[in-house]
Amino acid sequence: MPEPLFTPEEQLQFDRGIDELLTHYPPDRKSAAMLPALRHLQTLKGWLPPEGMALVAQRLGTTKERAYEVATFYVMFHTEKPGRYVIDVCTNLSCALRGAEGLLTYMEQKLGTHAGTNGDKYFLRETECLASCGTAPCLQINEDHHENLNKAKVDALLEKLK
Amino acid sequence: MTHAAPVEKVMTKNWANPGQNTLEGYQRSGGYTALKTALEWAPAKVIDEVKKSNLRGRGGAGFPTGLKWSFVPKDNPKPKYLAINADESEPGTAKDRFILENDPHMLLEGIAIACWALGAHTCYIYARGEFKYPSAVLDKAIAEAYAAGIFGKKLLGKDFELNVYQVRGAGAYICGEETALLESLEGKKGWPRLKPPFPAVVGLFGCPTVVNNVETIASLPPIINQGAEWFAKLGTEKSGGTRLVTLSGCVNRPGTYEVGMHTSLRDLIYADEFGQGLPAGRMVKAVIPGGSSAPVLNAAELDTKLEFEAFKPMQSMAGSGGVIVMDDTCCMVRCLWRVARFYAEESCGQCTPCREGQPWMARLLRKIEEGLGDMDDLKTLMNVAASIAPWPPIGLGNTICALGDAGALPVQSFVTKFKDDFVKHIENKGCPHGDKPWGHFGDFV
Ligand SMILES: Cc1cc2nc3c(=O)[nH]c(=O)nc-3n(C[C@H](O)[C@H](O)[C@H](O)COP(=O)(O)O)c2cc1C
Ligand code: FES
Repeated sequence: MPEPLFTPEEQLQFDRGIDELLTHYPPDRKSAAMLPALRHLQTLKGWLPPEGMALVAQRLGTTKERAYEVATFYVMFHTEKPGRYVIDVCTNLSCALRGAEGLLTYMEQKLGTHAGTNGDKYFLRETECLASCGTAPCLQINEDHHENLNKAKVDALLEKLK
Repeated sequence: MTHAAPVEKVMTKNWANPGQNTLEGYQRSGGYTALKTALEWAPAKVIDEVKKSNLRGRGGAGFPTGLKWSFVPKDNPKPKYLAINADESEPGTAKDRFILENDPHMLLEGIAIACWALGAHTCYIYARGEFKYPSAVLDKAIAEAYAAGIFGKKLLGKDFELNVYQVRGAGAYICGEETALLESLEGKKGWPRLKPPFPAVVGLFGCPTVVNNVETIASLPPIINQGAEWFAKLGTEKSGGTRLVTLSGCVNRPGTYEVGMHTSLRDLIYADEFGQGLPAGRMVKAVIPGGSSAPVLNAAELDTKLEFEAFKPMQSMAGSGGVIVMDDTCCMVRCLWRVARFYAEESCGQCTPCREGQPWMARLLRKIEEGLGDMDDLKTLMNVAASIAPWPPIGLGNTICALGDAGALPVQSFVTKFKDDFVKHIENKGCPHGDKPWGHFGDFV
């Protein structure tokens, strides 16, 4: 027997979340809720397991292929299980002019990983402009935003990632 | 010390007030009085007022807002929608985020005014997925507005149902393009639609839809409160109001500032109120004036006003207000390569010139930066760019949406204006800046 996707508690949360989302759209446009529904699933499970995407599709009256197509188009959706800490470092122009390349190298050294490599603990990635250009350089750890970074600040941040 | 001409604060006026991002704080500084006024007017009068204010879209194109609204067909029996573009992904741009964080009810009041004017009963706010904190502040503000009876079955007590929902994106620059945004709102991947028909006629779910930027709509409460004439007079002949710009790169004081339409690029960079210049000994080499899609300017072009008409003679644009400054120790090839990588990464893959062309340009730029390029590569680079969207002028793109242009224009403008830098890389077989291509502030410390 494969393990069920959700615990009973998670199942309840999943259903309630989808029910609520569907009230935001016209009744004949259920599949419009795809992005928020996938986000909801990812919040519950940490990523988008295929069985989960199939469930989302079913609730939204569409196919699992559609769910997968959407999931793979957007970089914030994880169709593979990411490391415990997803760290996105902006290296776009405004940040690069304020040391972002050095920041990325510093992160690689500190975490002992390479940008783009998904590990058990860390998934360090380069990302595009995070709307923090005047407060560069910046990065996000599990979507929490940190800006005006320097080595001391990064050290303090990493200290907290146990 | 240099000073810029004073700017009357409109958008940022209340940001420093304690609790401004809550309903109570917003009401303490006069919040929701504009909505009250607007609801006493006929919708047509609101639209007229917005036209008279010379408000122009702050999302990038600078399109006159009142005019856009007037394209919504009056006799169409379908529901109408308002979609707010809070995708803020244009490199160099960080302003909408601060409206959401500091004064979310200013946007929500603007939404209510716009929906009343347009006869729209549903508004979706599409916020980029990376906005965890701004989105949380906004969600709270929306909940407050419902709880206070501002939104819901009645609009501030008036018989006009209004529902406002925030939808969060999931990481795709293309979804800032208005028709890709609509596709994404419909739960699909963000592939732009052919225009016409324009969203005002056929938009979300096939219904008339107005798409406006956060800052555009947040400008409405002051316009209604203080009058269209006042707002128009704040600005220049064709651009009303003030605007938010983001100053980034090689300046002493980067940040997001409210400037006048009459404020020049030079004032923004050098004035005490804003960027406070460059470190001693450094000079401006290049400036991108309106987000990375806007053609680059050189140091001789700084006396340009930050309004929407002024950049036209330079074949550039005020865009989304992202001003990126590069000093005389920056490598132009490296800067452009980084910009090109962005468009290569973010092309949605729908149109061949863009899907194939953007990565091709990025590869050629890498080759030149690494000292492996020759003059033919430079020619190919310009040919590829021109086949996506020839420049000048702006607006000749061969792709469904303007992301094609957005990647092709930087290439053509950088190579045209800083050709020597590119040629030097080729002749010297390497980057003259060695491992320091990013200018004065380029080290991570
Ligand atoms: C590739 C691309 C990306 C865009 N990104 C944004 C964006 O992040 N935010 C935005 O408001 N407008 C963006 N726009 C402009 C929108 O298509 C649209 O013109 C704008 O939201 C209209 O609002 P406005 O009239 O209030 O400016 C983008 C356009 C293109 C072509
Ligand atoms: S370039 Fe890094 S946040 Fe904009």
